[in-house]
Amino acid sequence: MTLAARVIACLDVDAGRVVKGVNFVDLVDAGDPIELASLYGAAGIDELVFLDITASSSDRETTLELVRRSADQVFIPVTVGGGIRSIEDIDALLRAGADKVSINTAAIARPELLRQAAQRFGSQCILLSLDARREPGQPSGFGVTTHGGRESAGLDAVQWAQRAAEFGVGEILLNSMDADGTKAGFDLELIRAVRGEVNIPIIASGGAGLPEDFAAAINAGAQAVLAASIFHFGEVSITQVKNALKADSIPVREPTRLVS
Amino acid sequence: MSPTVAVLDYGFGNVRSAVRAAEHVGATAILSSDFDTCLNADGLIIPGVGAFAACMQGIDKVRGGALIDARMVAGRPVLGICVGMQILFEQGIEHGITTQGLGQWPGTVDQLVAPIVPHMGWNNVVPPPSSTLFAGVETELFYFVHSYAVQEWVMTDTDPYQHPPMVTWSDYGGPFIAAVENGPLSAVQFHPEKSGDAGLTLINNWISTLT
Repeated sequence: MTLAARVIACLDVDAGRVVKGVNFVDLVDAGDPIELASLYGAAGIDELVFLDITASSSDRETTLELVRRSADQVFIPVTVGGGIRSIEDIDALLRAGADKVSINTAAIARPELLRQAAQRFGSQCILLSLDARREPGQPSGFGVTTHGGRESAGLDAVQWAQRAAEFGVGEILLNSMDADGTKAGFDLELIRAVRGEVNIPIIASGGAGLPEDFAAAINAGAQAVLAASIFHFGEVSITQVKNALKADSIPVREPTRLVS
Repeated sequence: MSPTVAVLDYGFGNVRSAVRAAEHVGATAILSSDFDTCLNADGLIIPGVGAFAACMQGIDKVRGGALIDARMVAGRPVLGICVGMQILFEQGIEHGITTQGLGQWPGTVDQLVAPIVPHMGWNNVVPPPSSTLFAGVETELFYFVHSYAVQEWVMTDTDPYQHPPMVTWSDYGGPFIAAVENGPLSAVQFHPEKSGDAGLTLINNWISTLT
C-alpha cells in the first residue's frame, strides 16, 4: 500500500471568473470555474487550487461565493490561495467550503500568522505558498521572492520552508519562479533542497511541459505536482500525466466513474 | 421519502461539504447543533478536523457524548469522519498530553510515524469482505489528511452473541485503522465527502442503511 502521487490543477480566478485563457473544447462557459472544476474532476484530477488574483478587496465576496458553489458540486479537495492576510480571511474561506488555504505574502510580512492559523484551524488546512528563485547570496542558493518573482524578500527559501514547518504548516506549495512558464520541467534542484530539510508534503509547481516531467518532480521528493496552462490548453492531459507516473512505478489514483 | 441526515455542527470541520455530499446521494441533510434534531434524524454525521482536544471541547459543548449514547441505545446510525472518528475512541495523545475521548471503542489515537507527515492524499484501504460501507469501492482510493490515527485495534471482550466490529485498515508508515463498522456506529479516518465518486458511493452505502 502506498500513498498515490497527487496531480493538481491550478485555476487563476479574477472576480469569480477563470482568467489566463482556458481552451477546452467542451466548455459551455470557458470562464466558469465550477464547470472547469467539474470537468477536471471527471478527468481524474486529484485536487484543485483556486488562485484568487482579484485586485480589489470588494470582489472578496465573489470569491467566497465561488468557493461555496464549488463545495456544493466538487467532491475533491479544494485549496484557495491569493490575498489571504488574516485569520478572518482564512475563517471565511474555510466556512465557505475550502478544504485548505495557501498563504504567501502575508506570512513573509508576519510569520506569526502561520502559527496562529495552524493552531486555530489545524495544520491539515494551512499551506505555505513559497515563490522561490535562485539567489546566490542565500545559504541554500535559493531565495524567497514576492511580486510574482520580481522582488527578493531577503529570506533563504529552504530556511523559510523549515520555519513554516516548525510553525505547524501542513504542506508547502513550492513554486519555482526560475522554471515558471519555461515548460522545461520542474526545478528539481529546488525540490531536493527543500525536501532535504523539511518533512511535510511538498507540491511542486512551475515548469511542467511534458508528461514525463511530473515523475522527475516526484522522484526528487515532491508528494504532489501542480500545473496550470498545459492542462488548461489541453497540451497535456491528466491521463497522460498519470500514465507517465505509472510508467515510472509511481502509484497514482485511477478512479472509476461510479455515480452520476 | 428520502432519509434525513443531520451533520453535527460543533464548530469544527468543513461541514458544508458533508451536508452537500449527503444531499448529492439523495438524503435530506441539515447542519445542526440541536440535541433533539440530531437525535431524531435517521442518520447523524460527526465531522471533525484539526486537534483532538479542541474537537472534544466542541463535542462536550453540544452534549455530543450523550447524543451518541442516546442514538446507540435506539440503534440509530452514526458516522464519524476524520477527527469525528478519532473522538469515538478512548483517548487521544497530542504533544504528550492525553485527552479523554467518548470511549465508544477502546484504543488510543496517536501520532503517525512516517518520513513525511501529515499523511495527505489518496490511499487505498483493506476492508473486510462483508463490509457494507465499502461495497463496490473496495479497490478505490480515498482522500486522507491527518497526522494522528488509531494504530492498534484492542477490543477483546466482544459479546459472543453480537457481530464483532468490522475493521478496515490502511497503511502509512505502518498499519492504522481507516474505518470501523460496528452495528449502528461507523467511522472513517479519511474524508468520503472529498473522495470523489468513491466517497459518494461510500456515503450512499451508509445512507442505504438508514430507515
